[in-house]
Amino acid sequence: MQHSGIILNQEAGCFTMLIKNKILSDVKSSEITPKAVFMNRRRFIQSAVMAGAGSALLPGLLSTSALAAAEPKRGMKLDGIIKSPLSTTEETTPYNYATTYNNFYEFGTGKDDPAVMARDFKPKPWKVTVGGEVGKPGLYDFDDLIKSHQLEERIYRFRCVEAWSMIVPWVGIPLADIIKRFEPTSKAKYVAFETLNDPERMPGQARRVLNWPYVEGLRMDEAMNPLTLMAVGLYGEELLPQNGAPIRLVVPWKYGFKSIKSIVSIRLVEKMPPTTWNNSAAGEYGFYANVNPEVSHPRWSQAKERRLGGGYFDPKVETRKFNGYEEQVAALYNGMDLRKFF
Amino acid sequence: MNKQTTIRWVAKPIVFTLALIPLAWIVWRIVTGDVGTGLNANPVETVNRYLGDWALRFILITLCITPLVKIFNWTTAIRFRRMLGLFAFFYATLHLSNYIIADQFFNWTDIWADIVKRVYITIGMATFAVLLALAVTSPKAAIRKMGAKRWRLLHRSIYVAALGGVFHYWMMVKADLSGPIIHAAILAILLGYRLMKARNKPTISPDRTARRSTKEQTT
Repeated sequence: MQHSGIILNQEAGCFTMLIKNKILSDVKSSEITPKAVFMNRRRFIQSAVMAGAGSALLPGLLSTSALAAAEPKRGMKLDGIIKSPLSTTEETTPYNYATTYNNFYEFGTGKDDPAVMARDFKPKPWKVTVGGEVGKPGLYDFDDLIKSHQLEERIYRFRCVEAWSMIVPWVGIPLADIIKRFEPTSKAKYVAFETLNDPERMPGQARRVLNWPYVEGLRMDEAMNPLTLMAVGLYGEELLPQNGAPIRLVVPWKYGFKSIKSIVSIRLVEKMPPTTWNNSAAGEYGFYANVNPEVSHPRWSQAKERRLGGGYFDPKVETRKFNGYEEQVAALYNGMDLRKFF
Repeated sequence: MNKQTTIRWVAKPIVFTLALIPLAWIVWRIVTGDVGTGLNANPVETVNRYLGDWALRFILITLCITPLVKIFNWTTAIRFRRMLGLFAFFYATLHLSNYIIADQFFNWTDIWADIVKRVYITIGMATFAVLLALAVTSPKAAIRKMGAKRWRLLHRSIYVAALGGVFHYWMMVKADLSGPIIHAAILAILLGYRLMKARNKPTISPDRTARRSTKEQTT
């Protein structure tokens, strides 16, 4: 059995959550999550009041943010998930942090925006176009895409290019297993992904802060690496819209922006595909975007990261090369100058 | 109660209290807050941005005083300029303290590396140095000591601080420039107004005109 002690301590005037977990192999992800704390009604009533008060200063969000705080929406529980030896044993980030602090510009540029703006987003029905250098192109329904695969839980470190990080228990399928089914041809050198482009459903797309649709890509060997995951859930439940429902990429050794959300198109291509942040600022975001403490972002250091969920005065932690997955992926970049191919 | 007493004992304490509301609001969020109450998963960054926003806002508010005096002939407004300027310094100090204490936790090596390497932090630090110089020389005694002319020249550097503040904000943003653009636009109006005035009356500085009109009002 596990011991899950949740300590709410008021330290330096700030509530911090210290979740002490002894994770044993038979522990379900749902038990890791300190749901009880977040489901505490009083807190949510308080939240609603506070969000309402806050909204007085942020006109336009009054009703939505109060609602979002009052009734947290949760994804459906996923069954038949197996554990993965590729998971880290580090403490997972509290559920509410991973689902309320998101960079998903399709739903607004503020970190708190996606959880509010994506509240009514209906991810299903969902179809994914598969094309390019494959033997079996087509328009695949979400269920057809995943139902023949075994869902795995992968607890990965997740490092944002903005120098913060989380530990997220994703649920998904290795991308390699999905790609193999499409029967890639010998010309398939890269995989190009595309996010839904629908300003009606993704209100953030009404403003051209980025070139929509969001596009990302991987080299074929990166895509086929066992660590690369197509995620359909997190914390044992279906993905929430703000986390990229219903299906997203997770590439744990790369900065978060590579892990494209709400994918509608997967194409296998011969040439390196364009990627959104690289188009936005080529000097700051490269195609590879491997986590690397030695290569600074031009405007800030990447040597350390703030691990979300810690106390207010907790120091930052050292960023690890390839986000700590050096052993599994360093060989992919043998002979490459990582300063040049950042 | 005459006008002077009202300003000193009623109006100034009211403005002082109002200027503390942003601080009270963030302290309340830190003390009572958890996720969902506005202080999100990254409180250090949230607090940092918030304090920086208010430092910049108070610089802009301070820069509104002279136009208010001149356009609406509301000479009383000049009496609040120093206090508002000091609040800009106050929020900038909290912003910098939060960066040093909570964000970097007194890691002077990293802080120094940031100042030297990261242009937006270099600009932020320079802006703080300007605000510090202005705050230190804000008492009336400093005007006597420095001489009005030199003092006035030094305090023109509030324009440098305002530009520095906007650049500092602009340079740290990733893609959504709407926030910096709004602040830059307000600053452009406030500085543009002064440039226009300076062109019309090249020999008289805005400060001097303001002071003269204050005298004319009160005598």
